[in-house]
Amino acid sequence: MSDKNTFLLDGVAIAFNAGDTVMDAALRAGAYIPHLCHNPEFTPHGSCRVCIVDVNGRRRSACTQPAATGLNVDNSSDDIVAERRSLLQMLFVEGNHVCPGCEKSGACQLQAVAYHAGMLSPRFTHFFPQRAVDASHPDTAIDFNRCILCELCVRASNEIDNKQVFTISGRGIGSHLVINSPSGKLGDSNFAATDKAAHVCPVGAILPKHRGYDQPIGERLYDKQPVSIVGDVAAHENDAQGDDHDR
Amino acid sequence: MSPDEVVRTIIAPVGATHQAQRANLLQYLCQIQHQLNCIPAAAINQLAGALHISAAEVRGVIEFYAFLHEQPRGQYDILFSDNITDQMLGSRKLLAQLCKRLDTEPGIPREDLRVTIDTTSCTGICEQGPALLVNGLVVSRLDNSRIEQIADLIESEVDATEWPQAFFLVEDNIHRRDQLLSKQTADLTPDGSALRALLQHDATTLLETIEASGLQGRGGAGFSAGKKWRRSKQTEADCRYVVCNADEGEPGTFKDRVLLNSYADSMFEGMTLCAGIIHAQHGYLYLRGEYRYLLESLQQVLQRRRDNKLLGRNILGKQGFDFDIDIHLGAGAYICGEESSLIESLEGKRGIPRKRPPFPATDGYLHKPTVINNVETFMAAAKIAVLGADWFRSSGTADSPGTKLLSISGDCKRPGTYEYPFGVTIRQILDDCGAENTQAVQIAGAAGTTLPITETDHCIAFEDIATAGSFMVFNNDRDLFQIVQNFTHFFAHESCGLCTPCRVGGELLKDLVDKLVNGHATRHDIGEIETIGALMQTASHCGLGSTAPNPILDLLKHFPQLVEKKLAHSNYEPAFDLDAALQESRDITGRDDAGAHIESLP
Repeated sequence: MSDKNTFLLDGVAIAFNAGDTVMDAALRAGAYIPHLCHNPEFTPHGSCRVCIVDVNGRRRSACTQPAATGLNVDNSSDDIVAERRSLLQMLFVEGNHVCPGCEKSGACQLQAVAYHAGMLSPRFTHFFPQRAVDASHPDTAIDFNRCILCELCVRASNEIDNKQVFTISGRGIGSHLVINSPSGKLGDSNFAATDKAAHVCPVGAILPKHRGYDQPIGERLYDKQPVSIVGDVAAHENDAQGDDHDR
Repeated sequence: MSPDEVVRTIIAPVGATHQAQRANLLQYLCQIQHQLNCIPAAAINQLAGALHISAAEVRGVIEFYAFLHEQPRGQYDILFSDNITDQMLGSRKLLAQLCKRLDTEPGIPREDLRVTIDTTSCTGICEQGPALLVNGLVVSRLDNSRIEQIADLIESEVDATEWPQAFFLVEDNIHRRDQLLSKQTADLTPDGSALRALLQHDATTLLETIEASGLQGRGGAGFSAGKKWRRSKQTEADCRYVVCNADEGEPGTFKDRVLLNSYADSMFEGMTLCAGIIHAQHGYLYLRGEYRYLLESLQQVLQRRRDNKLLGRNILGKQGFDFDIDIHLGAGAYICGEESSLIESLEGKRGIPRKRPPFPATDGYLHKPTVINNVETFMAAAKIAVLGADWFRSSGTADSPGTKLLSISGDCKRPGTYEYPFGVTIRQILDDCGAENTQAVQIAGAAGTTLPITETDHCIAFEDIATAGSFMVFNNDRDLFQIVQNFTHFFAHESCGLCTPCRVGGELLKDLVDKLVNGHATRHDIGEIETIGALMQTASHCGLGSTAPNPILDLLKHFPQLVEKKLAHSNYEPAFDLDAALQESRDITGRDDAGAHIESLP
């Protein structure tokens, strides 16, 4: 690789191709930049801001920052990690994230990224929003309490499934995920458990039914190795399906 | 007409392409809301079917805009402007008075669906407030007697359009004219003169003139207008657009209201000039929903310009010079003043800011090259085309050529619109508008800068304090905490909700500012405000989030002694307010005496 097509990530040269974002190039090089709303299969979103990095003195989201020569990207200084931790703490207090009782605990990307950023407490005042659970679909349940508005399911349903099952409604702190069906319930929509949208949720908001807690604590996705090595939940969805019991 | 018929009439011109119809969704919704005072479920399904989109997507748009509602608002939809300048003139008391007279509560439709009384963000009538909107019409200069009259008119079901005309008087209040607004300039640049200049010379020469003038965007950001135009012109495309940003939502700004009312011709001329230079065939004026009352007169100006061959096909007889302008309404969303949100909104979507780059100049409306400029910028461009770059540069500073219109409101004797050459000091402005006993000035609106009276040697210029025009004066009797609280609530209400720092941080900040105002904040809370504020400034997706903490951070910076006095003298205070928790019981029992409170706050 030539010097022309590299930038520095924490002092290490990273090669990039034309049209890459900093995140694209880092993922290809195997360098980990923490993220939640990003999944290389979909259009970058830049909304969770967890991939915040310093690019030549300015804060940028790595998933939307075009890669270019001459960039000096700081992904792991104390300041950046502290800011990332604050953003994660904000996501934790916005919804109702009860890790000890959550089916997804140990295999949850939000939790894993929070550990990676050294988050030990939610710090801010909890909002305790009142959100309903939607168990209307025979194969999949939605617990809106855990939704972090990453819109991965929205993008998967639009871009891959071509079904437009999910969308965002409301504004500001009232923004919320909604389901496109006459009743607003998932069971009333054309969603199927085989949809891509069923396999991209980084938290425990979209969960398969009939297999609660079947993987013991200690053997879950992020129990033995950190997210920086294991990678995204979505990238392991096929393993999980492979392990699945017969239905 | 039945709701079904109304919707059918609105979406009737089916000749349009699907793309065009989808882009009209917000306009359809505005019309349905206006005619039916809500958007019924049947209409949502009808629209979704006609536009081949999901009903959830239509609802997503409705829920984004403050002026659109699925639930009926009643015959009279009343929105009190809730800007700090309205509050300073007593708007909250007048709102309570009207609610009491009509026996209803804020935000809740009265049971007989006669009326809903609510608040809304700044309506841009700051210097002749307090103001309210009734079914989209502006009522200015509210006082006790006007409120009483309004209550009677509503109880006797007099249609809002039949209310006394004096209620609807909105004056220009121009107190200082300079380069742009002087009579001499108007005499030298009659209608069509900029377009004649374009035909006399050529597009390249005129673009060079605009560039040489150093004209910067008047919306506050100050990007070179000429550069923007050139970038659009140079981008390969089968069509281009010219968009005028008349979504003047920054609290305390109303100079575009004045221009739209009395100088619309110049603005449209600037847009047409731009179209001629960059080869655009179509333009949009994005008019904030609060200025709906100007819609009819603006349509008349457009029609007159078409009749005079200044718009339409073969403008001024020049073969192939085709350009026309449509007006699109906003619907109560401050974020749509941000240019990429404005484009999303023009396309009929939720006003979520796009990722940038690409910028609208190369990839804008319907992903075509799009020039977006402020009302004042287009007006200035039209004058520059006739009078030249040197004329323009004869005013202002080297880095900020020309003049700036300011909207002055708050504690001063002569509030209104003032045109100053860039470089004017804050002190000069305060003297001219008759401000006395001044404590602080808020420049560039809620997103701008709070300047204590000791720092008024600063001047208005892109190299010092840039502003789209808002200039609010606060005297020594004002409680700066109340002002900061107003602004912080405003931003939390207007956040689009896309990114974490603005959506969650803005809400956390709002709660912490409330805690501070109520005298319960500790040193620890101040530290949290600073951390959250700094994170919002650097990590937010767009300018709304990054400027939202400015008011509270400026207060901490410039008025530490006031903050010190407000702090609770303990290291920890709970986030919830025990006394506030009793409010529901007080409402039910109708009590508000000392015994119904846990403690009496200072």
